[in-house]
Amino acid sequence: MAKDKKTGYEPMTSIEAITAGLDTVGYISISQISTAVFLAHGLRKPILIEGPAGVGKTDLAASLSKWLNLPLIRLQCYEGLDEGKALYEWKYGKQLLYTQILKEKLNELLGGAETLKDSLSKLSGFEDLFFSPQFLEARPLLHAMQQSKGSVLLIDEIDKSDEAFEAFLLEVLSDYQVTVPEIGTIKANVPPLVILTSNNVRELGDALKRRCLHLHIGFPDHEREQRIVRARVDGISATLLNQLVRFVQSVRETDIRKRPSIAETVDWARTLLLLHASTLDEAFVRDTLNVLLKHESDIAAVSPAIGKMVRQATGPDERGRLSSGYPDMG
Amino acid sequence: MEKQISNFIRALRSADVRVSTGEALDAARTVAMIGYDDRGLMKDSLACVLAKSESEKLIHDRLFELYFSSTPAGSAAQSAGAENDGEPGEDPKDAAERLSQLTQQGNEQALATAIERAAEQAGLNDIRFSTQVAYFAQSMVRAMGGEQLQAQLLEALQGRTPDADAEAQRLIDVRRTLTMTARARAERAFEIFGAAETERFRDDVAATKRLLAIEASDMARMKQLVTKIARRLAVKHSRRRKRTQRGLLDVRRTMRANAGVDGVPFNVIWRQKKKDRPKIIVICDVSGSVAAYMRFLLLLLFSMKEAIPDLSAFAFSYRLKCVDDILENNPFDAAIKEILREMGLGSTSYGQAFSDFKLEHENKIDRRTTIIIMGDGRSNYGDPRLDLFRDFAGRAKRIIWLNPEGRALWGTGDSVIPRYEPFCAQMSHVATLKDLEKAVDEVLTAYS
Repeated sequence: MAKDKKTGYEPMTSIEAITAGLDTVGYISISQISTAVFLAHGLRKPILIEGPAGVGKTDLAASLSKWLNLPLIRLQCYEGLDEGKALYEWKYGKQLLYTQILKEKLNELLGGAETLKDSLSKLSGFEDLFFSPQFLEARPLLHAMQQSKGSVLLIDEIDKSDEAFEAFLLEVLSDYQVTVPEIGTIKANVPPLVILTSNNVRELGDALKRRCLHLHIGFPDHEREQRIVRARVDGISATLLNQLVRFVQSVRETDIRKRPSIAETVDWARTLLLLHASTLDEAFVRDTLNVLLKHESDIAAVSPAIGKMVRQATGPDERGRLSSGYPDMG
Repeated sequence: MEKQISNFIRALRSADVRVSTGEALDAARTVAMIGYDDRGLMKDSLACVLAKSESEKLIHDRLFELYFSSTPAGSAAQSAGAENDGEPGEDPKDAAERLSQLTQQGNEQALATAIERAAEQAGLNDIRFSTQVAYFAQSMVRAMGGEQLQAQLLEALQGRTPDADAEAQRLIDVRRTLTMTARARAERAFEIFGAAETERFRDDVAATKRLLAIEASDMARMKQLVTKIARRLAVKHSRRRKRTQRGLLDVRRTMRANAGVDGVPFNVIWRQKKKDRPKIIVICDVSGSVAAYMRFLLLLLFSMKEAIPDLSAFAFSYRLKCVDDILENNPFDAAIKEILREMGLGSTSYGQAFSDFKLEHENKIDRRTTIIIMGDGRSNYGDPRLDLFRDFAGRAKRIIWLNPEGRALWGTGDSVIPRYEPFCAQMSHVATLKDLEKAVDEVLTAYS
């Protein structure tokens, strides 16, 4: 590690520091997450995060950038994403426009030349003018390399991109450099902290996985979920919070197509708060279940058991916790 | 410590976690960075560096617990060479005394260290099969000086005095404790290094076993194996089906993309040709001997829904019927039973089955359909309806015939296989799970 250089990564001195730092920006971390971030920084390697939708994969990158006060550079992947959109592009329009404007100037300059050979040698002096950094449109990857104090580069939903793009990423991610044929190689002074996320739409290639640290974020346990909701939703009462998280955790244990994730819990908490609910009751739950469950069939599957689940969630605390035995999924 | 890590990586590899050399180096750097004091931290970190999927993480965590459980990390390395135990020149009396010291209460730590060292000398990490446990345990005892102990014991037994008897009894106890400890250690090593290997060996055997000979007790393993194969094929074949950067110029899209630069074609866009999604129709003969094969073929195909979105299955012996509903609405085993019960009666007639198919399901065949027929082609001397079969072959992408009968039997007795063969893109003998995998792989390759 280059200790003498002033980088934006200095606060990441230990795993505890990372956990505490993320906590200050409202991201409740667990040891696996903080360890992965610490190693990513220490080993200079990207982190590949997998896990169900809405458990805070993208949010980790956002929170890191907020905490470290570094720019967050985001590259959203999709089918058909190519180098031109991810790396760099020449500003063709500007180049054309400038040639038009400079036409007369060029005529003037070349006017003195007698022969074709003369004008060519004169012209070769200007050629680089149009292929210089001035006309280079930096796309996210190049942009991230250019940050002087480092940055957080988020490559979101890498599984949605084509395999060819994945292969192209390998070079950028292992050397932290970009080659522009007309200019040369641009190497990052301070490599960005790279976070890739995947929802497992398709299996990622082994080559990419080999180059990354792998982190799996699952659903949080009861305690962590409570802390997350408290950090995200202002003014929620402790009773409601406890009951609602217990309800969500028991919904996750049922056999449904899409299990609610943290994002849904937070949305639901906000909804209940708007409706001025002070405790969970069956009617409220029935009315707002569509915030939590996104499939008609899931709602139908859970509906018959709502009464029982609400009673369990609002029942005595200790017994509820012990008897349903929340699995530690964090 | 480096040795410990590299052994741990070997254990991971033998359990099917793919760890590359680069990742092994990363692991070494990681451990150098975080140290080995905090076991939980080390587990999290190594999981991060070495295990690259959810299932690999599970394997990693299990092995980590096994591997880094007994001795505190590094103690074996520290003490190696500290004592010169178990050397041939050592006096039997001293050796026996030293060993009995080890087995006494309060010396657990020393015993564990000695055991670790003996394990290293005996090459315990090379253990592969559970039958080797006793052998390795013995080698370990020998490495610790078991022979000298034995000599001392024999001497005591010959003494025939009450004192000598007591001494003999004491030595026997020492030997038993040592052997038990060594055995426990060897069993743990087998769990770490050998168990996965044995599993794989059994899988290999199962995959090349004739499907007809599979016993009920092997069913669970076969099912797991099929799931594994299905996953492998699905990963291979569910890749994006598109070809870019070649072919015809897409004039319309090129003009639109370059409108901003006065129509000068800086960005050239080519016509993309999307490839066909596989569409498969399986027609299975469920009579007698073929039924066993049908079961595995259907299991394999239906485990690959992600790679084959368009799949339907038909079963027949005399009359043909679509079995998609049965397969979708029941657990697999129950579904197969149901199919056999419903369709397994009556004498086989390929001609009748094809005419049923023609009447009711002909519209399901289009130019991207592969028809897989599983059967022995023994039609009880009925009309094979080659006219219909030729018609199907013309409409479908290809027809693949999988025959559980050996090639030598084709065309004997009532087999009409040779008459169907000219219309099939491929006709192969399928006897084992490996053959099935190959056949399905070939079917899917035609689409990519």
